Amino acid sequence: MDLSSINPALLVASIMISATPILLAAIGEMVVEKSGVLNLGVEGMMITGAVVGFAVAVTFTSPLLGFAAAALAAAALSLSFAVLTQYLLSNQVATGLGLTLVGLGLSSLIGKPYEGMKAVTLPKLDIPILSDLPILGTMLFRHDIMVYVSLLLVALVWAFLKYTRAGLILRAVGESHDSAHALGYKVVRVRVLAILFGGACAGLGGAYLSLVRVPQWTEGMTAGAGWIALAIVVFASWRAGRVMIGAYLFGGVTVLQLNLQAAGAAVPVALLSASPYLITILVLVTISARGVHGAPASLGRPFHASS
Amino acid sequence: MISLEKRQQPSQVITAITPLIAVALTMIVGGILFSFYGADPVESIRVIFWDPMFNQQFAGFTRPQLLVKAGPLILIAIGLSIGFRAGIWNIGAEGQYIVGAICGAGAGLAFYPSESPLIFPLMILCGALGGLAWAMIPAFLKVRFGTNEILVSLMLVYVAQNILISVSTGLLRNPEGMGFPGSRNFKQWDAAHNAEIIANTGMHWGVVAAFIAVIGAYVMMARHIQGFNIRLSGEAPRAARFAGVNPGRVVFLCLGLAGLLAGLAGLFEVTGPAGQVSGQFNAGYGFTAIIVAFLGRLHPIGILLAGLLMALTYIGGELAQLMLGLPGAAIQLFQGMLLFFLLATDVFTNYRLRFGKREVLS
Repeated sequence: MDLSSINPALLVASIMISATPILLAAIGEMVVEKSGVLNLGVEGMMITGAVVGFAVAVTFTSPLLGFAAAALAAAALSLSFAVLTQYLLSNQVATGLGLTLVGLGLSSLIGKPYEGMKAVTLPKLDIPILSDLPILGTMLFRHDIMVYVSLLLVALVWAFLKYTRAGLILRAVGESHDSAHALGYKVVRVRVLAILFGGACAGLGGAYLSLVRVPQWTEGMTAGAGWIALAIVVFASWRAGRVMIGAYLFGGVTVLQLNLQAAGAAVPVALLSASPYLITILVLVTISARGVHGAPASLGRPFHASS
Repeated sequence: MISLEKRQQPSQVITAITPLIAVALTMIVGGILFSFYGADPVESIRVIFWDPMFNQQFAGFTRPQLLVKAGPLILIAIGLSIGFRAGIWNIGAEGQYIVGAICGAGAGLAFYPSESPLIFPLMILCGALGGLAWAMIPAFLKVRFGTNEILVSLMLVYVAQNILISVSTGLLRNPEGMGFPGSRNFKQWDAAHNAEIIANTGMHWGVVAAFIAVIGAYVMMARHIQGFNIRLSGEAPRAARFAGVNPGRVVFLCLGLAGLLAGLAGLFEVTGPAGQVSGQFNAGYGFTAIIVAFLGRLHPIGILLAGLLMALTYIGGELAQLMLGLPGAAIQLFQGMLLFFLLATDVFTNYRLRFGKREVLS
């Protein structure tokens, strides 16, 4: 095994790249869960975003247009979840699973003609002075714009939930929808908007996978990234800052195991490939064993004004 | 103005007919979808739902496939439905199915080339235990630490897939297979082959197990105290506690049964229709079974019918690929839509539509 082949500056840079899709999806899902809705369809929305983003970017040779289309498509898909769970009061767990299955089918249907094509990827930014810094430049300031958008999004979500009135209403709806309803807030409307936001974020995350991270379209390419995003929300105890930490930790694990595989570590490949999932389980266990949860009190409970 | 009004009691009639409405809606939307791919909508629906059973030319070949495909779906869905009734969301049946297949196949291959009649029973036992063990991981973590079983069971699917790839290119690889990945072919080893019991019917031991599971689940859920405890834990967890139901035991029972049945399904699949352990022998039955469980209203008899219907869409989907050039993924979407429409129409079990202005309740 040759660990010296791993360059620390490039390692940090690739961790940021591999964390971004999960971070985007997780921050969106956190807002959804803060409003009291459990959307298990992240995986389905992500992969739909991945395929639509890829198709649009390739067709119009514009990655930014691809990202916009991915966000729209995934939000449209999440709208079906919103209608089912908010207006038709279906079971959120079952509907989320259904959304994932629909998304997986839809994406491989749309993606067939695009298999094997090369993506039009985002250019790396060249920020004056910052990008030229010796090691820090490679690590932090030579990424594509979406890496910074995702970080900005985390900051915005944090500020929105903490400092704005709308954020307070959203949290109130998630903690006790009956009280929020009694105060005259539109519970269903707030939740639908949150679900749409979550969908758009998942779509961006998916498009980042197919346009930057891989960059190619292959069937089932999200490979559980959406589920890991769900786990990160639990890991983060529903706090924006911790979502970021969680996503970067998982990005780190993923990159590290790939580097170890490349360096020919004396660990079975199957174990290394499975390590992100095993570590997710491990983290979930530690979090739940600690017993501090902070889940929104109305999470997963359906709301109807009559009850 | 249309509004929903809560029913005094859930409607039994609606519960029974929603699957039919969902199927009809899926056919309509599916037909429209297929017409985008240049297929005549009516013809494509006929190819999917009618031809596999009744076409004079090839129904002879496709009809046995119905049981072959429905067997594992029903077996897994029965296990899942028991958990879903108790509010335990095991969505990692695919992983339990894979591990069951690996354990059972591994146990058999250890005795190759023995022709002892004990080989196949041993493999069945190990397959069931493998699935059970894999399902015990989320069960134990949920009971001991309160860890969410949805995420853990699903993560374990990806772990199982990695193990599957590893053993089919390593531990269980056929030493006489010229270095190709995949284990020995069980179809060429009589003692371990899950052959058809009656020729050209598709009836193999996995289908028999599925029928036994349907009857067993029916008796347990309708007549046995454990079935009552499971239903009680799902519908009124507090009441279940007061009645002395141990929630941990219900978790172990539900996940254990699901894992056991999924493991069995995996073993029967790998020794029969699939023939060998290879990286892609699992056809996603563990996920489709979730749809089957819901479509069957979490009721054993319903699951039996839903499993047959879902098997029909698999076979019909393959036919539609061959005859009409429809993409294979269209069927996957078709199956997902079915679940969606079912959940959408489900609302009318507990609510009724009320037209006109809502009255002010006194």
